[in-house]
Amino acid sequence: MHPFSYTKASDLEGALAAGRRGGRYIAGGTTLVDLMRESVERPGALVDISALPLGEITATAGGGLRIGALVSMAEAAADPKVRATFPVVSQALELSASAQLRNMATIGGNIMQRTRCAYFRDVTAPCNKREPGSGCAALEGFNRAHAILGGSDQCVATHPSDVAVAFAALEASVHLRGPDGEPSVAFADFLLRPGGTPDREHGLRPGELITAVELPALPRPLRSGYLKVRDRQSYEFALTSAAVALHIKGGVIREAKVAAGGVGTVPWKLSAVERHLIGERPSEALWAEAAERAADGARPLEHNRFKAELLKRTVERQLRIVGGSE
Amino acid sequence: MSRRAVGAPLSRVDGRLKVTGRATYAAEHDVKGVVYAVIVDSGIGRGRITGIDARDALARSGVLKVISHLNAPKLAYRPNAGSNNPEGSERLHVFQDDRVRFFGQPVAVVVATTLEAAQHAARLVEVRYAAEKPTTGLAGDRTNKPVTYARGDAEQALGSAEVRMEMTYRTARNHHNAMEPHATIARWNGHRLTVWDKTQWVNGTQEELAAVFGIPKESVCVISPFVGGAFGSGLRAWPHVTIAALAARETGRPVKLVLARRQQYFGTGYRPAYVYKVRLGSARQGRLIAMTHDIRAETSSYEDFQEGVLPTGQMLYSMPNVAQTYERVPLDVNTPLYMRGPGHATTSYIVESAMDELAHELGLDPIELRRRNEPDDDPATRRPFSTRRLRECYTVGAREFGWDRRNPKPRSTRDGDWLIGMGMAAGVYDTNRGAAQARVRLDARGSAVVEAASSDMGPGTYTSMTQVAADALGLDMRAVTCRLGDSIMPPTPPHGGSMTMASVGSAVQDGCDKLRRQAVALAVGDERSPLHGVDAGDVVAGDGRLHVKGDPTRGETYQQLLARNNRTHLETLGSFTPGESRFSMYAYNATFAEVAVDHRLGLVRIRRMLGVYDAGRIISPKLADSQAIGGMVGGIGAALLEHTVTDPRDGRIVNANLADYLVPVNADVPSLRAIYLDGDDREADPIGVKGLGEVVFTGVAPAIANAVFHATGRRVRELPITAEALL
Ligand SMILES: Cc1cc2nc3c(=O)[nH]c(=O)nc-3n(C[C@H](O)[C@H](O)[C@H](O)COP(=O)(O)OP(=O)(O)OC[C@H]3O[C@@H](n4cnc5c(N)ncnc54)[C@H](O)[C@@H]3O)c2cc1C
Repeated sequence: MHPFSYTKASDLEGALAAGRRGGRYIAGGTTLVDLMRESVERPGALVDISALPLGEITATAGGGLRIGALVSMAEAAADPKVRATFPVVSQALELSASAQLRNMATIGGNIMQRTRCAYFRDVTAPCNKREPGSGCAALEGFNRAHAILGGSDQCVATHPSDVAVAFAALEASVHLRGPDGEPSVAFADFLLRPGGTPDREHGLRPGELITAVELPALPRPLRSGYLKVRDRQSYEFALTSAAVALHIKGGVIREAKVAAGGVGTVPWKLSAVERHLIGERPSEALWAEAAERAADGARPLEHNRFKAELLKRTVERQLRIVGGSE
Repeated sequence: MSRRAVGAPLSRVDGRLKVTGRATYAAEHDVKGVVYAVIVDSGIGRGRITGIDARDALARSGVLKVISHLNAPKLAYRPNAGSNNPEGSERLHVFQDDRVRFFGQPVAVVVATTLEAAQHAARLVEVRYAAEKPTTGLAGDRTNKPVTYARGDAEQALGSAEVRMEMTYRTARNHHNAMEPHATIARWNGHRLTVWDKTQWVNGTQEELAAVFGIPKESVCVISPFVGGAFGSGLRAWPHVTIAALAARETGRPVKLVLARRQQYFGTGYRPAYVYKVRLGSARQGRLIAMTHDIRAETSSYEDFQEGVLPTGQMLYSMPNVAQTYERVPLDVNTPLYMRGPGHATTSYIVESAMDELAHELGLDPIELRRRNEPDDDPATRRPFSTRRLRECYTVGAREFGWDRRNPKPRSTRDGDWLIGMGMAAGVYDTNRGAAQARVRLDARGSAVVEAASSDMGPGTYTSMTQVAADALGLDMRAVTCRLGDSIMPPTPPHGGSMTMASVGSAVQDGCDKLRRQAVALAVGDERSPLHGVDAGDVVAGDGRLHVKGDPTRGETYQQLLARNNRTHLETLGSFTPGESRFSMYAYNATFAEVAVDHRLGLVRIRRMLGVYDAGRIISPKLADSQAIGGMVGGIGAALLEHTVTDPRDGRIVNANLADYLVPVNADVPSLRAIYLDGDDREADPIGVKGLGEVVFTGVAPAIANAVFHATGRRVRELPITAEALL
C-alpha cells in the first residue's frame, strides 16, 4: 500500500472541491481499499464522501425511483419501493457479494467498481487498463472469467457488477454533480467499452461525483427478475447473468428490457433479444428463439468458449422465469 | 460411578477462548519490540536475478533492512532428513544464490518498524531478472525415477479379461487455504532462537531451523499453542520461517512475518495436480482381475515430493494382478505437500470412479460390485486386517441414505430443471501412529496438567486429550488442563496423517495410567490411608478419588493422599511407541451423495450427503462430527470448485486469492450426516482409535462425481467438475 492522505467531506461543495484537487472519493471502501492494498490503485488523497446527504431512495413522478449514490446495497435491496417496482434490482443486489459487504458497499461505488480480471489485480502482470501500453495478459492467458462481448485487442475484462446489469436493462440514468452543474447521463453511455483506451472506464470527469441512479418509470404491470449463474451458490461474481423486465398486456409483450452480465466489458444490453420479444405472445418457443440472439457478435477466448452457449441458456431461462411458460 | 468423558459429546475446552478472541495464534503473540518483515517475491517463473535496487525502499522512514542473496549471510543448511523434507533432494535455500526456481519465490525481505512501512517498501524494491521460460505442465517427458509396484501379471490378465476398460482422469492442484495465514515471529537471544509459528509440528520446525542455522536443536524453541486450520500446510517449515529468523538475526530485533493470502499459494505447499490413467479387467459377473495405474504428479525442480497414492490401488479391492507406476514431473513450481487425505484421496477418486464406470458397464449396482471384490485379507501384504468393516459401512449407508430408492438408470430422475442423481464411493486411509510422549502432573489440589508438544490445528486435540486424561485419572474434565504446542514439551509426531489421537492419546493414557498407579501404590502402602493394605489391582479412580472397586465409600481424594504424604505433586512421563504389527491397518468409509444438476446451465448442487465411518473408537463424538462435516465440505470443494490455476507462460498462479480460488460457502453445503460404526481397534493402539481426520475426506469427491454421472449420464473425468464440462 502506498501512503495517502485522508479527509472526510462534510458537504457536497467540499467534496467537489477536494475532488477537483485530485482527491479520490471513497464511499464504502469495500473495493477501493482492496485495490490499494494490492497497489493496483495508488491514490495520493482519499476523500471520504460517506457523510454526504446522498442516502435517500425517492419515488419520481410517474413511477420511477431515484436511488442516492450512498444508499447501501443492503438498504437498496430491502427497500419496499425497490422491491415492489423493480424486483430485478433487489434480486441483483441480493445475489451480489456477501451480507457484510452489502452493508458497507454503496450503489455509487458498485457501478464504479473495477474489473475482477486477475491480471488487472496483480501488479506484476502486464495490463493495459492498469498501465496503458503494457499489454493484455488475459487475451492469451487464463480468461475463463473474461468478456465475450465488447472486448478489444487491448482489453477483455468484464464489468463485474450485478446491479449495473439491472440498471442497463431498465435504461437507468446516472445523476452527476460537478463543475458543469448536475448533468444526467444515460447508463448506456456512462460505462465505456475498452476500445483503444481500456484505462478509461466511465464518463466521470475529475471532481465529478455520482449523486444518484434514476430508474425510469415503465409501463405497468411490469414483471422483472435477475438470474445469476456461477460455480458456487453464493459469494461469487457471475459467469453469466440476465436481467429481464417484461410488460405483458392482453397476452402480448409490449415492453422488453433485457441485459446480460458476466459476458461483456460493460453490462450488455440485449437489444436484439428485446426486439424479438416485443409484440409477441409469451411461449417456450419464443424464449428460445429470442435467446438465440443473446450472444450475437460474441468473440470467445480460449477458456470462455462455453459462455456463448451458457449466455443464451441463461437468457432463455430468465425469460421463462419472468415471462412464464403458458 | 463417575460419568465417562471419553465417548461423551463434549464441547471444546478451548471454545470460549477461541470465540472470545483470546486464543493466541502465531501472529498474535505479544513479543516486545517486534518489527515487521514483508517478503518480496519473484515476478518471474524461472531464471536469474540480475540486480536488486533497494535504495528507494531503504530511504523510507522506518525501514531497517532489505535482505537478499546480495547481502544475506551464508546459512549452514545442514542436511535434515526429518521435518517432512522430501527424501533424496535438497530444499530451497533462501537468499543463497541468484536462481529463481518458481514464480513467487522469495527474493528479498524488507524489515521495518511498522507493518505499513514494510509493505510499502517491499513494493519499492526493484528486482531485475534474466527470465527463462518455465515449465509448469504435466505433459513433459522428463520425470523423476518412477516408483513401481506389481503383483501377478496385469498386462497378460488384461489381455484375457472379459471386460476391459481404460480411462484417464485429471485432478487439479488444490491449496490448503486455511483461515489463519502462515505466520512466524522470531526472536534471538544470543545463540538461542525462539519462534512462534503456525505449524503442525513444533519438533519438525525446531529441527529444520537448527539445521538451517547450524545450531544445536536445543537452542531452538518453537511455540505454537493454537493453529487456525492447516490441512497439511503446516507440516513443513517453509522458507518464510527461515526468513523471519534470518531477518531477526540480521536486525537484532524480534521479527514478525505474516504471509499475505496471495503468498500462501507459492509460499507453502499444495496437493499436486495429477494425470492418472487406469486400465481394468474384470469378469462379466463383476470379479476384478487386473488393474494398472499410470500416475503422474507435479513436483518441484529441486525436491521430489511423493505421497501415498499407491496403497489404495493395492488393497482396496481383491484382485490378483496389479501394476502401478508413479512418476513425478519436476517443474518450475514450488514443492507440493500433504493435504488432507494425501495420496489416498486422489487414488480413491480414480479407483472409485473406475468402479462406478465398471458397475455401469456391467449393469451391476455399485455397492454390489464392491461387495463382490471385498478382500478377506490385505491383497497387497496378505496380512489380516486389524479391523475392516466396509461391508457394514455399505449396509448402514445404503439403509440410512435410501439407496434402494435409486433408479439404476442414469438420467432417469428429474425435478423441474434439475436432474437428480445418487452416487457412492468407498474411502480409505492409513491408521498411522508415531512415537509420542506426554507428561502428566497431578498437584496437591487434585488438578492435573497434561503436556505434549503436539499441535491442535482445529480437530480438538486439547479437548480429546483432556477427555482421555480425565477418565484415566478419575477426574472431572474441569480438573484437567491440557497444554500443547511447545517444543520444550515431550515430543510427538507430526500433527497430521490422522495420527495424533492414536499416538499422543495413547501416550496420555499411558502417562495417566502410570500416575494413577503411583497414587494407588502410595495409598495402599500408607497406613493412614483408608486404602491401606488393599490390593492395588482393586483400587480404581473416579470423581477425583481413589477407592475400592465396587465400594466408593472406602477411599480418599487425591488431595488428602498428597497432603498427608507431603507431596506437592506426582509426575509421570507417558509414552507410546508403535511396534511392528502383523496386521494391515486402515480406516474406512462409505460416502453417499445426492446431487441436482441443472441440465441446461450445467450447475451441480449437492442435496445431501452421508458418511459412514469405520474409524475405530470415537473418543469425542461432537469433535468427530466436526471432522466429518469438514471432510465432506472439503470434498465438495475438491469435486466442484477447487482449482489452483497456473499461467503456463510465466508460472504465475492466476487465482491466488479467496475470491478467485473457490472453496464451498455455506450455501453450497446442504444437510450432511455422519455415522460411526461402534467399535474399536485394539491392534492399532491402546485406546483403540484408527484416526478420522483424513478418512472423512477420502471418497467424498468420487461419491459426488458418481452422483453427477448418475444424474446426467455424463462422465466427467476431471476435477473439479465445472459448468463447461456439463453443458
Ligand atoms: C469479495 C467481494 C465480492 C464481491 N462480489 C460482488 C458481486 O457478486 N456482485 C457485485 O455486483 N459486486 C460484488 N462486489 C463488489 C461490491 O459490490 C463493491 O465492492 C461495492 O459495491 C463498492 O461500493 P463501495 O461503496 O464500497 O465503493 P468504494 O470501494 O468506496 O469505491 C469504489 C469506487 O467507486 C468510486 N466511487 C464511490 N462512490 C462514488 C460516487 N458517489 N461518485 C463517484 N465515484 C464514486 C470510488 O472512487 C472508487 O473508485 C464484491 C466485492 C468483494 C470485495
